[in-house]
Amino acid sequence: MKVLLHQPRREIEVRGPKSVKALLNRLDLVSESVLVIRGDQLLTDGERLRPDDVIELRPVISGG
Amino acid sequence: MKCRVCRGRAVIAVRRHNAGFCKDHFIAHIHRQVERTISEYDMFEDHQRLLLGVSGGKDSLALWEILTALGYQVDGVYLHLGIGEYSSDGLRFSREFAQRRDLSLRIVDLGGEHGFSVPQASDVTARVACSACGLSKRYLLNQVASRRGYDVLVVGHNLDDEAAVLWGNVLRWQVDYLSRQRPVLAASEEGLVRRVKPLVRVAERETAAYAVLRGIEYEIEECPMVSGNTVNRNKQWLNRLEEQSPGLKAQFLFGFLDRGAAYFPADPPELSMCGNCGQPTPGEVCAFCRLKKATVVRIAGRGSR
Repeated sequence: MKVLLHQPRREIEVRGPKSVKALLNRLDLVSESVLVIRGDQLLTDGERLRPDDVIELRPVISGG
Repeated sequence: MKCRVCRGRAVIAVRRHNAGFCKDHFIAHIHRQVERTISEYDMFEDHQRLLLGVSGGKDSLALWEILTALGYQVDGVYLHLGIGEYSSDGLRFSREFAQRRDLSLRIVDLGGEHGFSVPQASDVTARVACSACGLSKRYLLNQVASRRGYDVLVVGHNLDDEAAVLWGNVLRWQVDYLSRQRPVLAASEEGLVRRVKPLVRVAERETAAYAVLRGIEYEIEECPMVSGNTVNRNKQWLNRLEEQSPGLKAQFLFGFLDRGAAYFPADPPELSMCGNCGQPTPGEVCAFCRLKKATVVRIAGRGSR
């Protein structure tokens, strides 16, 4: 699947994860730090992912 | 995952409440959290004039949306700090948000009004950028609020912001900072405007989700000068702990506010008026005027070489 990342903005290809939680684990991210978005929908950790999905991982930490 | 209220498909899990919510019930949940915070801390009343510091990021825009939905009339102020594309994007998001909702947005341009930018201040004074930025923001927000006759200055600090700052202050036992960490900072006769944080019960992830679900476009990319920022690093640590122990950030912050803060009583310094600008300061000349003078003099010195 295609995964859109930010800070800096970039796109990577990730193969294998079948759920949101598995994708976050693969990228060593905790769900408290990102929103997982498919199209215009927010996804919870248990949602199934498909190989042709385009997933945005939007960081939520900001400011200082 | 199902919505705790209607059993429809959940779009977000709020693990510290052991709950999932659909879009509508999540939005209602956030509104309730903010309403409860405003009431619990007596932050402001309907008739008071409110000014919100707006950055174009998720927290301040979400808060503007929430307060408007709750029936408060809130004006915004955007501080243009001269941080390249980041500042121009923040201004654009803030303007578009205000225009679409017919809200009033003031703009303060640090460069135009004071002759320097945050990157310049950091560069020529060797001060950490976030420190120069924080100092400038606190000063400018208070100045605008007091000059324009606002009763309350509202800021978008969320649960994660407050927990991370508290964590940093406890790690270093910065007692003076602990005595000032409250959801409400009182006004002073010398000109400090009452300052409130209605988002302290809302986690950073929740303000981001709220913004997405309400269709709010905001600045996603991080400030280019924030790299290595201590507060952000503390947030990452706390999120790792939260992942293992949901609710830990809220317990840490509200445990302090409910039971710990009394051991660090507010002890406001004696303030007078800055001899240069008239804003409140514990010294003769305020920290912002000192920063401005040091920066402008050094910029001029570099220009004349």
